[in-house]
Amino acid sequence: MTRVVITGMGIYSVIGRNLADVKDSLMLGRSGIIYDPARKEMGFRSALTGVVERPVLKGILDRRMRVGMPIQGEYAYMATLEALKNAGIDQKYMDDHEVGILYGNDSSAVPVVESVDILRKEKDTMLIGSGYIFQSMNSTVSMNLSVIFKLKGINFTVSGACASGSHALGIGFLLIKQGLQDMIICGGAQEINPESTASFDALNAFSIRESEPVKASRPFDRDRDGLVPSGGAATLILESYESARKRGAPILAEVAGYGFSSNGEHISLPNIDGPARAMMMSLKTAGMSARDISYINAHATSTQAGDGNEARAIFQIFGREMPPVSSTKSMTGHEMWMGGASEVIYSTLMMNNDFIAPNINFENPDEATACLNLATETTPCQIDAFLSNSFGFGGTNSSLIIRKASF
Amino acid sequence: MQNEEIISRINRLLVEEIEIEEEKISPAADLKKDLEIDSLDFVDLFVIIERNFGVKMKAEEMADIKSLQDFYDYIIKRVQSN
Repeated sequence: MTRVVITGMGIYSVIGRNLADVKDSLMLGRSGIIYDPARKEMGFRSALTGVVERPVLKGILDRRMRVGMPIQGEYAYMATLEALKNAGIDQKYMDDHEVGILYGNDSSAVPVVESVDILRKEKDTMLIGSGYIFQSMNSTVSMNLSVIFKLKGINFTVSGACASGSHALGIGFLLIKQGLQDMIICGGAQEINPESTASFDALNAFSIRESEPVKASRPFDRDRDGLVPSGGAATLILESYESARKRGAPILAEVAGYGFSSNGEHISLPNIDGPARAMMMSLKTAGMSARDISYINAHATSTQAGDGNEARAIFQIFGREMPPVSSTKSMTGHEMWMGGASEVIYSTLMMNNDFIAPNINFENPDEATACLNLATETTPCQIDAFLSNSFGFGGTNSSLIIRKASF
Repeated sequence: MQNEEIISRINRLLVEEIEIEEEKISPAADLKKDLEIDSLDFVDLFVIIERNFGVKMKAEEMADIKSLQDFYDYIIKRVQSN
């Protein structure tokens, strides 16, 4: 079967608008979390959020390309531009070859709210305009990018809650491995706004450590009190090794394994068995054993139950010999539909620059997390292969194994 | 509103809101072929015209509107009948 490699990466993140800035932030342990007073005025229990400025696309894209794109589509466009450039892919290549897109996304709240507000006010749908329908759909990102880049291959959005970005990479991996596509633009995008997170805040799921925003996201720490919503977009170019070799593409890493599972229990509370099975499956599909993994990028979102159960699942698979573990959500917050893709980028940057980014804000373990081998500071490390976890509402689990390029 | 003002405002909206290049604006220009206004752009024009002239364009009346001059004449007629 075909081997699958990563030939380009691009990121638009709360810790950096490009790979170089993100790498610096990871090395420095720099947080992208702020306190947003507007959310407090609206009635949020927690006003904490990641933040990233809106890209300016007027002058870069024509009106028709911009009008159907919501904010997360704009983030995804920026991330994809960087990824394609790094991969050495120009428009001519995409015109002449079948390139696909599988992007993770699971909401598009603002366009729905705005278009219905117009309808309620005007009582006339003729005043809604042409853009909102395309902005409103979950598939808005893959829809828009496939038109902007004139793509001719596979084209849909993967929705799996907070595992969306990871599953998008996993499905892309499987399609290329099977020889059905040579190149797929994979990624994850997440809108940042109050409209998409209000009903999540309603679950009391967010941290209320509002006095210290950069310390609020504290995965695995005893005093963690909830997640911090965040967002942006991350794109990876997945390609068959043969295609990459033929065009002399840079090979950043290899996608070695993809494991998945479903918990079959609670809609929001994770269990141990589901994540453990996903990790086992990823090792099996990679033909690797636990000791082949040099680093684990945990899903850990800074919730009591979630982090605790993931720690137990990791210990179940890796035992006392476990490699270093960290959750980059300590810096970025929970990037939700973007997270699975962005965390593979963060971890690949670590792997290719010989360091492990810290799980910041960790001060004390609790009973569940004491078993972990946590990297709480930036740690020099030669990573041969890493495992990246992403788990989502509904009990959807995704584990990816990425290994160093060696061809 | 005078006809010249209506035409001038339509032109400004086409350039600023629909982002048509100013050089392409001419009364004889074909809306679809020369100005590249497609069906989705017409949907946005409905909104723009309503907000700026208080005129609700009707989709069924668009079939006979081919050139920019046809469009000027239609809006002028609708503004005057309001």
